[in-house]
Amino acid sequence: MSDDTVAPDDMPGSSPDSTPDSALDAVVEAATRSDLGMVLLTLGLIYIGATLLTFSDGLNSVVGLLRTLTFLGLVYALSALALNLHWGYTGLFNIGVAGFMAVGVYTMGIFVRSPDPAFGPPGLGLPLPIGIIAGMAMASLFGLVAALPALRLKADYFAIVTLGISEIIRLTLQSSAFDTALRETLAVGTGGGRGMGMPDNPVRALFLVDGQAGTPTPLGEFVFGLLGESGLGIANNILIGWGYIVVLGIFLVGFYVLLERLGRSPFGRILKAIREDELVADSLGKNVDLIKIKVFMIGCALMGLAGILWFGSQGNVSPTPQFEPILTFYIFVAVIVGGSGSNTGSVLGGIVFAAVLFEGPRRVGAVLRDTIDAPTPPTFADAVLSFDPTSMLAFATDNIAPLQFVLLGLVLIFIMHRRPQGLLGDRIETAAAIDLSGRAGDHGGERDE
Amino acid sequence: MSESETEVDAESGEAESMDSPVERAAQQTPTSLPLRVEGLAKQFGGITAVDGVSFEVEAGSLTGLIGPNGAGKSTTFNCITGVHEPTAGNVYLNGEEITGLAPYEIAQRGLVRTFQIARELSEMTVLENLMLAPKHQLGESAIRSVLPGLRDDVVDQEEELRERAWETLEFFEIDHLATEYAGTLSGGQRKLLEMARVLMTDPEVVLLDEPLAGVNPTLEEKLLDRIHDLRAEGYTFLFVEHDMDVIMNNCERIIVMHQGRVLAEGTAEDIRNNEQVIEAYLGEDI
Repeated sequence: MSDDTVAPDDMPGSSPDSTPDSALDAVVEAATRSDLGMVLLTLGLIYIGATLLTFSDGLNSVVGLLRTLTFLGLVYALSALALNLHWGYTGLFNIGVAGFMAVGVYTMGIFVRSPDPAFGPPGLGLPLPIGIIAGMAMASLFGLVAALPALRLKADYFAIVTLGISEIIRLTLQSSAFDTALRETLAVGTGGGRGMGMPDNPVRALFLVDGQAGTPTPLGEFVFGLLGESGLGIANNILIGWGYIVVLGIFLVGFYVLLERLGRSPFGRILKAIREDELVADSLGKNVDLIKIKVFMIGCALMGLAGILWFGSQGNVSPTPQFEPILTFYIFVAVIVGGSGSNTGSVLGGIVFAAVLFEGPRRVGAVLRDTIDAPTPPTFADAVLSFDPTSMLAFATDNIAPLQFVLLGLVLIFIMHRRPQGLLGDRIETAAAIDLSGRAGDHGGERDE
Repeated sequence: MSESETEVDAESGEAESMDSPVERAAQQTPTSLPLRVEGLAKQFGGITAVDGVSFEVEAGSLTGLIGPNGAGKSTTFNCITGVHEPTAGNVYLNGEEITGLAPYEIAQRGLVRTFQIARELSEMTVLENLMLAPKHQLGESAIRSVLPGLRDDVVDQEEELRERAWETLEFFEIDHLATEYAGTLSGGQRKLLEMARVLMTDPEVVLLDEPLAGVNPTLEEKLLDRIHDLRAEGYTFLFVEHDMDVIMNNCERIIVMHQGRVLAEGTAEDIRNNEQVIEAYLGEDI
């Protein structure tokens, strides 16, 4: 039995002719045959781990933790997919992802927020869908502005430019002078360092009339009655959170289909060629600069949308710490873990990164800390000099956040060393709209020559 | 396209004498000039790499461009294909000026090059490498590739392209490698792949930059055969090489460059007896 050792990285290698030893192996093998199966299997393993971790705290904690993990997994998957188009497919080293996400969220916020300054930074008061489209368009426009001068640069210099733009965006949004200037000229505001409140999540209105607790809609009444406080006892807010996860899931499928189609086409072929050798694409008559600008704008629009779906649903956004470069770094880790160049890999990488590397250590640390019956030593030196393993463990689990970075670093080193292509980076992602493994109307080996 | 015109020429020539490509081309009269270079010059800082080069490449010909190292062959080549912008002079493709255009624009007009060191796209399969090349594919538009209704046309075209790619691979006898990654090919196979890829663009003039460098004698023979076959079909070649023998034996017209200038121009016989050429290649037996 190998319930723990079924790491997703040995999935593609599982040979189809190996006879399954047990029912579990059979399930694992069936799941690894399809991309969806692989994602579901990974989610399932994470769910089992999370359930075991919080089992003793009751159903509410379990469902709540699963919701948090799934939410983070999905938003990281969305962002990783968008970045994979830039980096995995085209080789554009964009390390300004956080900035383009911020542009998307803030534009959406400004378009949708009430024009009345009494409620904080004023906006234009337009409907949410228009705000989302505007957010994507603006992120894409910033992508164009970044791409035009930067595409003349070589990969690493291009990366520096994108990082610079991302920081310029964050610091501009943080600046109260910019906020004041916007209020005076366009009668809209960003809220400066305090940030701005996000519009109500429309999913909430599906369950509650006007989003007010206590007045459920018929759907809300049904769901809450079955599973919620008057049924199984899950908090209504957690159920609404799950409703939003369904929405995120739909967007994820949309992203995936869009990017798969882009990749599996003559357009995707040019992207791959640009990644490998620009001069070849150029000398075969492909307008490399134009294609790069196009793909950069598409990717930035998707990053803007991912930002809206992620931070726009969190109630409040502020430039710091939400859009610091560390966010870009996290998304890169997700792409690297999943394997750059593979869309399914990006989805898997996003889920694995968010659940196992990002949220996992904190949760495990917190649970461990609760089981240790010892006071936390005030400093590292105290913990070490006490020569008491319990007190050292108490110190470690209480300071899990810095240790998490150590873990992240170790995982990255391990991946780079042992599996630089990530979980699924070695898969053949054919860049054509048709199957290239065979030949339609095969001549049966007959040759013209 | 003027390609059809040249094709007719080549075929009628073929009927008269099949044995020697050199004789055959000599009988042909130039009907149009696919490539004309006039007073081409290129300076890098204070160094003059190319100094007023002029020559013509006739339709359906295999023209050789030779010269000792540092003669300016590669720079001339790069100026023609748009990699460098010439300091002075003009390049005409089928009578149309292409001086200073971007490499992709020149390639779209039908002048395509190969590279001295084969630049296969190693993480793409041989078939993908070939299917990248054709010009103006419907699916090169991102919207067409994505939208459900429009994608059907893309799929249809892809099927045609796949078939053409297979045929081209068969012509170069590398069809058994179709689904392999290009990175796994041998040096000679990569050269064949490059030729095949260039052919997929439907070129009118092909510039070959030392296509035989690093190719073993058997494959060299094969490559030269393919070039002669294609020439017979009406393609025009400009062949840069520093191996005298190869040029002498295969090209009906030869341009010799030395120190950034054209030293001599003519048939293999003319070049062999040219005093200046002998001097430039001092000590080399030609």
